[in-house]
Amino acid sequence: MNTIIIISVLPIVLLYLGLYKAQKALLPVTVIGLLAALACAICQWTAKDMAAPIYTGMLLFNNFSVVFSSVTIVSTILILLLSKGYFERISRHTAEYYAIILFSLAGIIVMVSFNNLVMLFIGIEIMSVSLYILAGIKKSDFASNEAALKYFLMGAFSTGFLLFGMALLYGSSGSFNMDAIREYVVNHPHIDPMFYTGIALLIVGLCFKVGAAPFHFWTPDVYEGAPTLITAFMSTVVKTAGFAAFLRLFSACFQPLSDFWTPILLVITIITLFIGNITALYQQSFKRMLAFSSISHAGYLLFAIVSLGAASGNSVFVYATAYSIASIIAFGGLILVQQQGGSDNFESFNGLGKRNPFLAFVLTVAMLSLAGIPLTAGFIGKFFMFSGAVSRYHIGLVIIAVINAIISIFYYFRVIIAMYFRADERAELTVPVYYKVVFALSALATILIGVYPDLIARFI
Amino acid sequence: MTVSILLFLPIVAAVITALLKNGIAKHAALFFSVAQLVIALIFLSKFVPDASTQFVIDVPWISSYGIYFSAGIDGISMVLVLLTTVLVPLIILTTYQHQYKNEGAFYGLILFMQAGMLVVFTALDGFLFYVGWEAALIPIYFICALWGGENRIRITIKFFIYTFAGSLFMLVGIIYLYLQSPDKTFDIHNFYKMTLDVKHQSWIFWAFFLAFAIKMPLFPFHTWQPDTYTEAPSGGTMMLSGIMLKMGIYGVIRWMIPNAPLGFFNFQVLAIVLGVIGVVYASIIAFKQKDGKRLVAYSSIGHVGLIAAGIFAWNIAGVQGAMIQMLNHGINVVGMFFIWDIISRRLNTREIDQLGGIAKVAPRFAIGFLIILLGTVGLPLTNGFIGEFLLLKGVFDFGAHHYGGIALGAVAGLTIIFGAVYMLRMYKNVMQGETNPLTATFADVSGTEKFTLCLICVLVIALGIYPQPILHISEAAVTQLVNQIGSKFTM
Repeated sequence: MNTIIIISVLPIVLLYLGLYKAQKALLPVTVIGLLAALACAICQWTAKDMAAPIYTGMLLFNNFSVVFSSVTIVSTILILLLSKGYFERISRHTAEYYAIILFSLAGIIVMVSFNNLVMLFIGIEIMSVSLYILAGIKKSDFASNEAALKYFLMGAFSTGFLLFGMALLYGSSGSFNMDAIREYVVNHPHIDPMFYTGIALLIVGLCFKVGAAPFHFWTPDVYEGAPTLITAFMSTVVKTAGFAAFLRLFSACFQPLSDFWTPILLVITIITLFIGNITALYQQSFKRMLAFSSISHAGYLLFAIVSLGAASGNSVFVYATAYSIASIIAFGGLILVQQQGGSDNFESFNGLGKRNPFLAFVLTVAMLSLAGIPLTAGFIGKFFMFSGAVSRYHIGLVIIAVINAIISIFYYFRVIIAMYFRADERAELTVPVYYKVVFALSALATILIGVYPDLIARFI
Repeated sequence: MTVSILLFLPIVAAVITALLKNGIAKHAALFFSVAQLVIALIFLSKFVPDASTQFVIDVPWISSYGIYFSAGIDGISMVLVLLTTVLVPLIILTTYQHQYKNEGAFYGLILFMQAGMLVVFTALDGFLFYVGWEAALIPIYFICALWGGENRIRITIKFFIYTFAGSLFMLVGIIYLYLQSPDKTFDIHNFYKMTLDVKHQSWIFWAFFLAFAIKMPLFPFHTWQPDTYTEAPSGGTMMLSGIMLKMGIYGVIRWMIPNAPLGFFNFQVLAIVLGVIGVVYASIIAFKQKDGKRLVAYSSIGHVGLIAAGIFAWNIAGVQGAMIQMLNHGINVVGMFFIWDIISRRLNTREIDQLGGIAKVAPRFAIGFLIILLGTVGLPLTNGFIGEFLLLKGVFDFGAHHYGGIALGAVAGLTIIFGAVYMLRMYKNVMQGETNPLTATFADVSGTEKFTLCLICVLVIALGIYPQPILHISEAAVTQLVNQIGSKFTM
């Protein structure tokens, strides 16, 4: 449980460091702190998954929590490594930014280890409130302000749904505790209609949070308006956590009622896939393309919940990991192109293969992984998702997913085509050392997981 | 000694080659590919031509999904391993005259592609098969798109999307088979043992058929092929037509028909008809082509159509014919594209109408061209003959048991006449007649060109006169496979 404590105390330390003008120490202290938290989390892993609830049944730090804490912490470390020099451009209050990101991460750790609906709610709120602030840290930038406001209004709205849903569950089952709710579901032949309403409202709220269609309208604007590094954080770490919480709640409590909610989610999944992919196809901006493609990835991730089973946790874990590391490369490359080329259009990637072969190579690996080409982690993720869906006989869904995977080739390969096959005379981009480290690690991880997924695929 | 060395050496070689400088890279690539050939020949010398799978490697790969890194060589695989390992050094030799920018990457990609194809030809695990299938696609995409002609960007993405789409459906089919298998593995022998009902088998048949028909390509899934062959650099075209399309044919023999025999027998006639239509259709279009490379591309569709029809007939003659014709078509088509590469490199044109009289100024080139051409049209005593003969026999044998089947065989037989017509016409227009200002200065082949051309001609004639060793390699395995399906589901 030390993970939550470390990640909660760390931001306070950082704020003090900021107060005493120790700007140089911020990043090292954060990374060391997060590594310590990661180590604590990994130590909790047990071969037989025998963890017991703690804090009077509020949290349960089982293997599921270990794995998802680890992937979110590692992604956060990678994103923060990209932040060297990034926040300084925005304002002098860098310590606050680090602190807020870590507060958000603390909320995420709670979200992946809750054992009580109240904790789920608190976790989501800690995470979300931090994100509302982060989206607007460019105080004088119009788009950033718009993003923050939009995110806040939409987020508050969805929180309402979430809370209402929880209240209805409480009303019919008499408890917020997950074990009690499961007992209610299993032991009651006649489930209260109020309970079903609660589930439906929870689906709406959670779909808002993970950006699934038709509750996705905030995503493109918020992702585009927020500072790119924050967008990277939102679309990787936050999305992973959202799905972890979604899956945890549904597999623990609502599995016996899958006849009720599977059709709803099935429809949501199909809409999400098509809207994400087809809209991404028409984007001229790389950043907006990533925003829409993140919607379509939410669709693939929903597969695991639609075809809920023993392997779902593993599928979400592998898919989210693959998606996160590939997205971090993509957003890292975007930051460099944006800062030094001035634009985030596809054209600004033209000729990158010649000027920056390394950057172009890792971006290619990332795009191939996002597109789900074999020998990259993204393919393994898609494979697990498809297997899960086929095993539940959702063949139609898989065929729709296949069509969408083919559509996605168009826009992911646009980047590769721009980088390698379109010439352009531009200055070479300088890639800072931190970026190189992050890129190399992420690309290596993408290929390693793609070639030998057992490296990570056996922890849940 | 297991097949793993054959699968991993090209990957190592690809990485090394990719890091080398211009000038050294091509020599390194040639060295590695010849080393591959030597290894393949050692395998061949130790190979016992019975129906068993040899040199098997079988290690756990993704434990939670019952996926094994499982590969081995039987008679059918052996022919294709030979095809790959013989053709890759040959193809590298044919590119020796080119000065590709960023040579290391070019040859690295070729070697990586070789690895992918060898995985396809030896895989005994459905997942591994799929991974190899895609691993061969990525490098050829980059080869075509980076070193190709004018319209390469649009055409290569079309090619990529087309083939990727087909293979994703195959993946769904493989996953479905896996979930039905009794002990939840991707092992091909487990797949073979399963007996699903006709409805499911039909779906699986279509999932596989799409992928393989696009890859071969079979009419009407061929529309990506002529453009891609024309725009790709000559080395890429040879890799595509010489080896890669055999992945589709091999897939039909190994994965599609044995895994979904009932589904296949449901649509058998349709499949044969598609193959035969391809033969006629491609021949007619080839007849009208003005661009030499495009003509060869269409002729390749015709040849593949016949191979497909022979396999779909599913008797020993047809499948054996397909086996040997895969090898020979590979050699011939590489030879033909090499001829056109030589012409276009010297004269900067592939327009047949602009050429003429080259035989007068380049007699050695003319002899080489003629031998390869005769092999392509399947003249007796050249390598093309025996394969076409067996394939036609296969189609006729099938036709003997089916209403209207003989007509099918007769139409398929037109391929020999058609092929001879457009090929000889091409030869006449390009090589014979009077020289014009363009062709008058045509320099005859020399150096590596001459050597490569000789090598191809020797293969054409040697395999034409004495094809028995190749037939012998695959005979037992083919017989067993055909009988196994036939006895299980007598029609």
